[in-house]
Amino acid sequence: MSFKSLVLAASSALALAAGAASAKDSIIVAMQLEPPHLDPTSAAAGAIDSVLYSNVFEGLTRFMGDGAVVPGLAASWEISDDGLTYTFSLHSGVTFHDGTTMDAEDVKFSLDRARAEDSTNAQKALFAGIIDVSVVNPQTVKVTLSEPNGNFLFNMAWGDAVIVAPESIDDIKTNPIGTGAFKFANWVQGDKIELARNDSYWGTPAVLSSANFKFISDPTAAFAAMMAEDIDAFISFPAPENIPQFEADPRFQVLVGSTEGETILSTNNMQPPFDDVRVRKAVAHAINRQAIVDGAMFGYGTPIGSHFAPHNPAYVDLTANSAYDPEKAKSLLAEAGMAEGFSTTLHLPPPSYARRGGEIIAAQLAEVGIKAEIINVEWAQWLETVFRGKDFGLTIVSHTEPMDIGIYARPEYYFQYDNKGFQELMTGLNATTDPGKRIEMMQEAQKIIADDYVNGYLFQLAQLSVAKAGVQGLWTNAPTQATDLTSVSWAE
Amino acid sequence: MTRNLIIGATLSSLVLLAALVSFVWTPFDHAAMNIPAKLQTPNLIHWLGTDHFGRDIFSMIMVGARTSIAVALVAVGIGISIGVPLGLTAAARNGGWLDELIMRGNDLVFAFPSLVIAILITAIFGAGAINAIIAIGIFNIPVFARISRGAALSLWQREFIMAARVAGKGTARISAEHILPNIANLLIVQGTIQFSLGILAEAGLSYVGLGAQPPTPSWGRMLADAQTMVSFAPHLALIPGSAIIVTVLGLNLMGDGLRDYLDPKLRVART
Repeated sequence: MSFKSLVLAASSALALAAGAASAKDSIIVAMQLEPPHLDPTSAAAGAIDSVLYSNVFEGLTRFMGDGAVVPGLAASWEISDDGLTYTFSLHSGVTFHDGTTMDAEDVKFSLDRARAEDSTNAQKALFAGIIDVSVVNPQTVKVTLSEPNGNFLFNMAWGDAVIVAPESIDDIKTNPIGTGAFKFANWVQGDKIELARNDSYWGTPAVLSSANFKFISDPTAAFAAMMAEDIDAFISFPAPENIPQFEADPRFQVLVGSTEGETILSTNNMQPPFDDVRVRKAVAHAINRQAIVDGAMFGYGTPIGSHFAPHNPAYVDLTANSAYDPEKAKSLLAEAGMAEGFSTTLHLPPPSYARRGGEIIAAQLAEVGIKAEIINVEWAQWLETVFRGKDFGLTIVSHTEPMDIGIYARPEYYFQYDNKGFQELMTGLNATTDPGKRIEMMQEAQKIIADDYVNGYLFQLAQLSVAKAGVQGLWTNAPTQATDLTSVSWAE
Repeated sequence: MTRNLIIGATLSSLVLLAALVSFVWTPFDHAAMNIPAKLQTPNLIHWLGTDHFGRDIFSMIMVGARTSIAVALVAVGIGISIGVPLGLTAAARNGGWLDELIMRGNDLVFAFPSLVIAILITAIFGAGAINAIIAIGIFNIPVFARISRGAALSLWQREFIMAARVAGKGTARISAEHILPNIANLLIVQGTIQFSLGILAEAGLSYVGLGAQPPTPSWGRMLADAQTMVSFAPHLALIPGSAIIVTVLGLNLMGDGLRDYLDPKLRVART
């Protein structure tokens, strides 16, 4: 380990020195959150994928910047007629950064590890349908499912499904060894993570020779660092109010895209009075979405009426279902025997969409007589109290996983929505491969949760990134949490 | 009356007036949001402009004064009501084990950086105005304990205390009837200074999000909210910042003036 890290440190130092000497072939990318560790297959923290996805780790398939799923380490695949067997042909000549070869054994190891009983994978559901992974030959691996899963190739593109090696798994949290176009070089905790180009990459090599990820959590500091040109790009810039200034400044470019983040007023469906659908409906009608988008996000964000991303082809606009109508909200509350209103709690995690959005929502709820006590919490506290403890009335959070309407089929999930009909629909959806039928079912699902007013649906979080004018190749949208630098370069 | 006292008293009473008037009248509802009218600069309708939610800043400053004063007042109250009896007891038992115990306990509280402990308290018991008051109040205790002990010690050597003793009064009675009135001047001056420090501490705690929670307006939180908008809406930060400056300056000048005015030695010199 120590010798390896010495070599890595030396090579990264060389890479940095070379970068400084020649023209621009390195980049400093900043983001808000630092990863807790560097194993994308054992934690929910999106910050891990933001640094490592597609740069260091790759899966059988991968997401492109537009959300498309394309072949990754698997060059091609065959699906049996019953939809139960996927035979992947792997690219040949792929090696991990430590020099070991990537073959079918590693794929089997990674998938078996992720779906194991004691697996700590944050998205175990992705692998739930797999009943067997078998090695046909070093370049071919066969995956057998218990039932057809129309989402399987999509699932394999997630950062939680990347291929890791048994040789390097023990140190993965501090020294991640993948197959990507960049290799991990150094991590200065609390400050930055350094990546260096993988010169023996199997695919198209990266243009940049090195990349540094810096972590700046404070929005004011982020603004200052960008303005001072200390950083080359800031992914998911935290202060939307500053975007117009960057747009007006010729030194910078602003990338306005969308994320998979449905920002919702999560409601504890098991906690009275929210177990009454009329109360949830009243809350939904008390909310003025446009005011929240304008007030909290300075206009960036698309109002949504269900838990579904507007850029998805299966999206149905259901915002009219819960249009802003405080009078209706009041009469619904009266109908539910709450004419006097009631008190509840509103837990707000740190991002400005939650803190500012929460202040606006509290004011809007107060208009109809609901007194929401604002409790500002840090993320750790939020995970503890709200997500795991389920001890909350309302909270605001953006669900950034792609295509995650399936969480409504999990009654134990923190907002605790339990609807047998919906759960059956989701089981049916997973078993359906016909694209037209799938779209129909997904639209049905959106309508069910909108009609049940499970949560207050606010807006689709915008992806706002700021970069120096010369940077090209950054993702505008965020189809998954990733900062794909493999095709990023500087304009001449 | 010194000039300091007049200026200080004027500024302080201005803030106090704003806080009192806010109970019966503000130009707008301080919590009412009007997003389309956000980020206005000072104008005839919104005298100090509007914030990022379109709330009237003048109204928020008025109600914010209430928050600041309430927090600082109660915190100083805690400091005086616990610190002074402790200090007087210590002085009465000068050199005894009780004196040692009280004063070393004071040193212990003094030794901790106050803001760190305040953050600790709010982290354990939750952020909010009440916990901010307690946190700031705790740090006022040793200040008042020390100052009253120091002043009381020298008084204990005086003849009129001896006389009271000879007359058979107990230490507790002497402390209350003879010592306390004679150190009241000092306490008032110190109270004024601590009051201004309390306002600063409240603003500081609110700035880091541990003071009064929204929608209760607080100058410190207004500053924090304005931070990312300073470059295009500087009035959002300048106005609550000025409110804090005016209040703290006023209280400090008043404290200074009061000290000069109440100091017996200077009074002799004046007459």
